[in-house]
Amino acid sequence: MKPISYAVPASIDEALAAIVDLPGAKFLGGGTNLVDLMREGIETPEVLVDVTRLPLAEITETPAGGLRIGAAVRNTDLAANLAVRQRYPVLAQAVLMGASGQIRNMATVGGNLLQRTRCLYFYDAAAACNKRDLGSGCGAVAGHNRMGAILGASEHCVAVHPSDLAVALVMLDAEVEVASRTGTRRIPIQDFHRLPGESPHLDTTLAADELVTAVTLPAEPLAASSRYRKVRDRASYAFALVSVAAALEVTNGTVSQARVALGGVAHKPWRATTLEQYLAGRPATDEEFAAAARAELAQAVGTPSTEFKIELAVRTITATLRRLRDEGGAA
Amino acid sequence: MTLAPERTARPSAPPEADAGPGRTGPAIGRAVDRVDGLAKTTGTARFSAEYPIPGLTHAVLVHAPIARGRIRSIDVAQAEAHPGVVLVLTHLNAPRLTPPPTRMNPMDLSTMAAGSSIAFLNTDEVHVDGQPVAAVVAETLESAQYAASLVRVDYETITPTADFEAELPTAKAVRSMPVLPPTGGKRGDARAAYTKAPVQVDLSFTTPQHNHNALEPHATTAVWDGKKLTVYEGCQNIDWTQKFLAKRFDVPASDVHVVSKYVGGGFGGKSKVWAATLITCMAAQVAQRPVRLALTREGVYRTVGGRTPTRQRVAIGASRTGQMEALIHQATSRKGRVGGEADQIISCSLDLYDAATILAEQKIVELDLMTNTAMRAPGEAQGSFAVESAVDELAIELGLDPVELRLLNQPVDKSPVHGTRYSHRRLAQALEQGRDLFGWADRPAPGTRDGKDLVGWGVAAAIHPAWEFVANVQLTVDATGSATLACAFHEMGMGTATVVGQMVADCLGVPLERVSALYGDSDLPMGPGAGGSGQTASLAASIEKACQAMRKRLDALASKSGMPDGSDPAEVLTRAGEQSLTVEVGADTGPKAMWGQVRFLSKMVMDSRRWMKAATGAHYCEVRVDADTGELRIRRWLSVFDVGRVVNPKTTHSQLRGGIVMGLGMAMGEETLIDTRTARIMNPSLAEYHVPVHADVPHLDVHTLDDPDPQMPLGILGAGEVGIVGVGAAVANAIRHATGRRVTDLPLTLDRIVG
Ligand SMILES: Cc1cc2nc3c(=O)[nH]c(=O)nc-3n(C[C@H](O)[C@H](O)[C@H](O)COP(=O)(O)OP(=O)(O)OC[C@H]3O[C@@H](n4cnc5c(N)ncnc54)[C@H](O)[C@@H]3O)c2cc1C
Ligand code: SF4
Repeated sequence: MKPISYAVPASIDEALAAIVDLPGAKFLGGGTNLVDLMREGIETPEVLVDVTRLPLAEITETPAGGLRIGAAVRNTDLAANLAVRQRYPVLAQAVLMGASGQIRNMATVGGNLLQRTRCLYFYDAAAACNKRDLGSGCGAVAGHNRMGAILGASEHCVAVHPSDLAVALVMLDAEVEVASRTGTRRIPIQDFHRLPGESPHLDTTLAADELVTAVTLPAEPLAASSRYRKVRDRASYAFALVSVAAALEVTNGTVSQARVALGGVAHKPWRATTLEQYLAGRPATDEEFAAAARAELAQAVGTPSTEFKIELAVRTITATLRRLRDEGGAA
Repeated sequence: MTLAPERTARPSAPPEADAGPGRTGPAIGRAVDRVDGLAKTTGTARFSAEYPIPGLTHAVLVHAPIARGRIRSIDVAQAEAHPGVVLVLTHLNAPRLTPPPTRMNPMDLSTMAAGSSIAFLNTDEVHVDGQPVAAVVAETLESAQYAASLVRVDYETITPTADFEAELPTAKAVRSMPVLPPTGGKRGDARAAYTKAPVQVDLSFTTPQHNHNALEPHATTAVWDGKKLTVYEGCQNIDWTQKFLAKRFDVPASDVHVVSKYVGGGFGGKSKVWAATLITCMAAQVAQRPVRLALTREGVYRTVGGRTPTRQRVAIGASRTGQMEALIHQATSRKGRVGGEADQIISCSLDLYDAATILAEQKIVELDLMTNTAMRAPGEAQGSFAVESAVDELAIELGLDPVELRLLNQPVDKSPVHGTRYSHRRLAQALEQGRDLFGWADRPAPGTRDGKDLVGWGVAAAIHPAWEFVANVQLTVDATGSATLACAFHEMGMGTATVVGQMVADCLGVPLERVSALYGDSDLPMGPGAGGSGQTASLAASIEKACQAMRKRLDALASKSGMPDGSDPAEVLTRAGEQSLTVEVGADTGPKAMWGQVRFLSKMVMDSRRWMKAATGAHYCEVRVDADTGELRIRRWLSVFDVGRVVNPKTTHSQLRGGIVMGLGMAMGEETLIDTRTARIMNPSLAEYHVPVHADVPHLDVHTLDDPDPQMPLGILGAGEVGIVGVGAAVANAIRHATGRRVTDLPLTLDRIVG
């Protein structure tokens, strides 16, 4: 690993200055992803600016009746928070299904959103990868890409975003609060992560000098009976093949509202808007759930190794909605 | 249909109060705590990367990112200039070693240890991806790590051949060699019999490459003192390692001291000498400083061999009542262009069933990949998946219970192919006892549903041949009555040091707490390798001999003092005025060692012509398959084994359980992904190479028949490997029962289960 220096800013302002003033500076959360990538020679910062000691580790009520989660809140603390568990169970479940206890103790909310893809070719400095080195080609397209995207991929990149937490946030219509020396802004979580298109080197719409300060969750009664379902290759400690964050409102056997986001399928957490529109006003039957899922996945494209994920996504969505219906929604 | 109630888990090896001081009586058979337990749990046990050596330096390898080619130029200037760097070793400045052997010769033990035929750092050629092309030695690990990234290498590349499936047509036949495990066998005309058989099953299977992931990555600390070399190395064969290093560095074997006290798991991956060990010794020689090199996890994947992938066909023809008329097992594996051997993939088909005709044969392809090497039950692990899946399919085809079918076809007293007699054969008992304990009679109907899950029960049989190797030992009894057994055997966590004490205590008739063992050091009498599940049995043979000889000498002394035979050794020695008494079994230097090896090999050949000796077992399991997604969970596991005499239920059951866990890894997730375009391993990490996590492994209920094998030393058959055999098939058979799908490719991932 390259020699680096390490800075502990005393305030958010100091952090925002450091990221601009110190050449090669990068924010450090729990380090569970960044340090890994530094060991592999994939990330090569000169200075790490530790954000975990900034006043960003609180979970507080918002005036609008939602929650504001500081960017430095540890994943473990987020999942254990009573308000989160009661009002947004999907979020606690998503976090607990990610990584391992040890990693979650270190990992922060900001770092989780900004973790990089687990694409095997991205992780291997000897391989071609447009995300690491734009224009070098994509080793995964014709290589091992079983964990790859089936929605919204491009010929330049078929990687998926690995975060579980972000999938739940997308379903919940969260917003990401960011700050830079020029001010603050709020980014709807759906616009935070990108599709690869021609520029797979960009994971998100965050600028290099911007610090994630918090994530805010809107008040959403429906979220109290939300669920996260993660399908993976072993019982724990594995990234999603397909995951589903969902909430469902059924009135007299008819879907009044469905909210679904998918993980493990695209370069960003995938909000299933086609599905949501399809289901609104339809009978809450297994057949309609499956039809809605199929409508969402109609645009999916698989490779020989990812093909199975299309049907797997349909089945997982259907099963998750079925379960939510059978448990009785929040309404 | 109601499901069998969950059985209350019963500890297979009840924790027994450990021997109190002065306790006498049989030590063999007692669930004694391991003698190294405290040192390991408190962190005081020293592994090979943990010896505090004054002036120690740290080495880091530079791996080639190409699989075939030549180094055009190598620029080490920046690396050398980095603060703290002591040496950058490349093929340009490394000492010239005696070239590595190109094939194994059991008469020359130094050849057995060669991990490959690559002349590391003595050539500009690159033969496998990840081949070390330089090593950076520095005062600190961090400095070495960074400097290693500064070494610039320019390669001329050649496109490698690495696609196992695509190269199958180039496969060459493998010939069975005496002494080595079987890779073929024949009884009658199986092809003809198969064609005529009224019931036929013909399936083909694949298993992927697997790689070693012992808890302790390979690590070496090398110290030269003039022309004498001391190597701290966690290894499975001190003897081979010593002789190999001596040969390569052209020094007498007696000048190479190998210290291998604790080994953090081996599983076959530490039987050979790999690149890093050699390079550490080279670096220490050039730097004239002690050097330590601990491989990264990725380094283990890239420089240590793994388990060969296989493609297999099993065809079974049977009568309508279930008698096997023909059993055909054909397998292809791969080796590296630079070395490796055929695993004995078909070996279990030679002895599991008494088919009227049998045909077993193997082929092998050569690829531009790292050599394959032994990995727990090499061959049987992959082969049993195929044959035990096919047998299950045959049972379904016949409408017979799969346990019944297996019992129906058990050989009576002779090995069907070789006609050798079974020293004792308890597979039927293992199957029957497992059936009763598991409650097999309550097996649900195929495709039974429990909520969102499909429920399936599976069974598979296991067999693993028993091996014995040379073990030279030295036994000393002193005037306080303490007995010490000295032998360069290996303690990789299996409990060898513990069971050695138990065996000596009983054979000599002294209390267990008076016995200790010295091991893991080439200064001690040469021990057996820790492989083939043969270490304990090999030691038992020599311990028995040594103890007999010791008793004789003690009795002779005793009679001089007018004491009866069998008197307390402390008293005998004290009265005779002797400080201590030592006996030796075997001699391991000069021509004597050579003769020992010749005698041993001829005994082994003779023995293998007379007796077929093997550990056997039966696995029973219940799985749940999510009907929507195909997610697999193992809910219940029970195995019954015949491993001959159980010296220590605690350590034996732990070995068997470990084998099953590793089998579950093979079954459910392990797969080395090789990009066939570049011949490069793409998942060299525990994040992406899926070994089972705790949540994947249910309570494993393990039972042993504890029935000594009359032809093995102390009746011991060995327990290290039989546990993994058949596990994949038991799971696949349970999936078949739950879902109706026969998955023939490992790992049994959900996409394959859903189909
Ligand atoms: C073996 C393994 C398995 C895993 N499995 C899962 C899984 O199943 N599901 C899952 O979701 N995750 C999984 N993870 C990933 C884990 O969740 C992430 O590593 C973790 O969330 C990253 O958080 P961190 O605080 O450690 O980030 P860091 O590693 O510190 O940083 C990650 C990135 O975020 C940037 N950053 C951090 N904080 C901020 C901020 N406030 N503002 C701007 N930029 C910031 C850093 O500069 C860096 O680029 C796994 C990780 C490992 C190692
Ligand atoms: S899929 Fe994306 S991340 Fe993976 S190799 Fe291709 S460009 Fe790189």
